[in-house]
Amino acid sequence: MSAKVITITSGKGGVGKTTAIANIGAALASKGQKVACIDADIGLRNLDVVMGLENRIVYDLVDVVEGRCRLNQAMIKDKHIPDLYLIPTAQTRDKTAVSPTDMIRLCNELRSDLDWILIDSPAGIERGFKNAIAPADEVIVITNPEVSAVRDADRIIGIVEAEEKGTPRLLINRLDTEMVKQNDMLSADDVVDLLAIHLLGIVPEDKAVIISTNKGTPIALDTNSLAGQAYHNIARRLLGENVPLLDLDKSSGFFNRISSVFGSGEK
Amino acid sequence: MDNFISRIFSKEPSSADKARERLRLVLINDRTDLSSDALESLKDDLLDVISRYIKIDAKSMRINITQDGRQQRLIADIPIAGPISRKY
Ligand SMILES: Nc1ncnc2c1ncn2[C@@H]1O[C@H](COP(=O)(O)OP(=O)(O)O)[C@@H](O)[C@H]1O
Ligand SMILES: [Mg+2]
Repeated sequence: MSAKVITITSGKGGVGKTTAIANIGAALASKGQKVACIDADIGLRNLDVVMGLENRIVYDLVDVVEGRCRLNQAMIKDKHIPDLYLIPTAQTRDKTAVSPTDMIRLCNELRSDLDWILIDSPAGIERGFKNAIAPADEVIVITNPEVSAVRDADRIIGIVEAEEKGTPRLLINRLDTEMVKQNDMLSADDVVDLLAIHLLGIVPEDKAVIISTNKGTPIALDTNSLAGQAYHNIARRLLGENVPLLDLDKSSGFFNRISSVFGSGEK
Repeated sequence: MDNFISRIFSKEPSSADKARERLRLVLINDRTDLSSDALESLKDDLLDVISRYIKIDAKSMRINITQDGRQQRLIADIPIAGPISRKY
């Protein structure tokens, strides 16, 4: 095995990175993949609560880097799915406790044992972001269909390209189909046209995300929910399958009407 | 919904249209690091230089930055009015 390292990042905070990591991780692991999710947002630990693993933390990322424990001692096994692990971040205020080189070394140590390493990045362009993208084989930029989030996404895409990480793929989160229909929200096509990168997937606005996060159970485990299905489709695309975009229009015969995702990002 | 109905009967662009147009301009600015003021003076300078060689129709010239994928292009469309009369 040699894991692929994927970092999910954004310009603006609160657009759904942590939720995406937890759910794409759960979706990949539920398909028999061996996955580790690393929280690289030092000082703002969150991935543990979203995955529902906050009570199991003994060691964290900084403990590993500073040699207080072995790597596998900091890997927390998921409650729901076999072969899914979390490496939690530290709550220290010192963001320089981990360097980009540390992250590369740590991922290289993990690679041989896993299929996927998913890294939850802090928003913005500070040290934490540099740490998170340093080991990445691929970067995914996530945004909401909203002016400031799209603008900041564009900045981050430029920076990821400048750091020679290739052009990231795009994940549009919290798309509200009703609002798009009423012309009060940018459509997925609008966002793809503006940012001009390849679209990996769209996750709809879904109250079930908040409810499942309350419980610490990823929505991806509920394949009846639209958001849960969207995360599964994203996982399948990462695995190289050609999966058409979900029909997010709940009123029109559920997931039957489909439109193709392919090629739309390369215009 | 009120909003939706009333828009059908008016010519006001929707909020999504406004968002799209504002973002288009903001992204061009961000990517090129060129404000719209700077673009205006670029146009003026360009006009000066070109007019030294050839007579142009300054009124109908168009200089814009357009987006081609993630690449920005400066596109100039400058109608030529005629040769400058040479004084030998
Ligand atoms: N598709 C969605 N529908 C509804 N709420 C969402 C969705 N995705 C994320 N959220 C909510 O948005 C908030 C921010 O998400 P989070 O993943 O913490 O963002 P980030 O890690 O980018 O700061 C959380 O309260 C989360 O539950
Ligand atoms: Mg987060």
